[in-house]
Amino acid sequence: MSLLEHLNKDFESRVRLGIMSVLTVNDRVDFLEMKEHLQITDGNLASHISALEQKKYIEVKKEFVGKKTRTSYKITKNGKEAFEKHINALETLLRG
Amino acid sequence: MLPGTATGDKEDKFTAGIKSKTIRKGGFFIWCFQFYSFTLYLKVLFMSQKIEDDLQHIRKMMEQSSRFLSLSGLSGVIAGLIALSGAFGAWYTLKQYGIDYFTDTRIVAGSGLVKQLFCLAAVVLAGAIGFGALLTIRKTRKKGLKVWTPTTKKLLLALFVPLIFGGLFCLGALYHGHFEIIAPLTLLCYGMALINASRYTVSDVGSLGYSEALLGVIAMFLPGYGLVFWALGFGVLHIIYGLLMHKKYQ
Repeated sequence: MSLLEHLNKDFESRVRLGIMSVLTVNDRVDFLEMKEHLQITDGNLASHISALEQKKYIEVKKEFVGKKTRTSYKITKNGKEAFEKHINALETLLRG
Repeated sequence: MLPGTATGDKEDKFTAGIKSKTIRKGGFFIWCFQFYSFTLYLKVLFMSQKIEDDLQHIRKMMEQSSRFLSLSGLSGVIAGLIALSGAFGAWYTLKQYGIDYFTDTRIVAGSGLVKQLFCLAAVVLAGAIGFGALLTIRKTRKKGLKVWTPTTKKLLLALFVPLIFGGLFCLGALYHGHFEIIAPLTLLCYGMALINASRYTVSDVGSLGYSEALLGVIAMFLPGYGLVFWALGFGVLHIIYGLLMHKKYQ
């Protein structure tokens, strides 16, 4: 079961996998866009986002556009590496 | 009970009983082990299914979020129809000036005629782009998606940057009076632009691009049929691919 050690528990849920995949291929994605891609509720997305932020896998930026706040996300270097490791582990598990 | 062990006196019988018990116990362990390995097998099977699903999900998310997928097929059909009518218009305009496109071999450079043809081309281009944008925006809104996203920006840049450079190059060719290479060149540039843009949208756009570029190359070898190749490339191919896309993604 040493193979399983490379799997990252933080990426186990579908939503988190989705968030990380979207952020890997896109520079900066805002909340609405992310919600559109993943098709989930606000609360669900927010809780997963904050979990990923706490682990420093993603960066959250809040700015004002007119009077509204716009929240956008970006993957950190740390997060990119961790996600890549996770995907590689998945692939080796599938092949091995 | 093992054969051969239960012969003789009581002691033998006693040990035989213990032996058979341990064997039964061993059987239970073996059964346990088999059950365990079977569930492990199921677990692995289930997990590899989950992993496969996960990887597929990742792939889908990456693609969906980085490609503009609600391109309208109908806009291609309309662009094709506009292009066909434009080609017919050009042929008709030439005819009005007393020139038959297919039999006349002289080069026309009358300023009035060229101006008229140029205006026609501009109207056709604006019409095709306008309708395309309108229908695509409508389709995107219908799906409940945003039109102006970073992906849209990337798609438009990938499409129009090669197109504009190609267009300027064609203007240069016109300036020097190389009329015969205009049709092949425009088809080629358009094809290249489409191939470049297909990174950010449905893959059919790439196939359309390859077809247009190929048509451009063929046109270069068959001079004198520029208008026909234009009609084929910008008209017929658009209609075919538009219908294909409309059917595939509706």
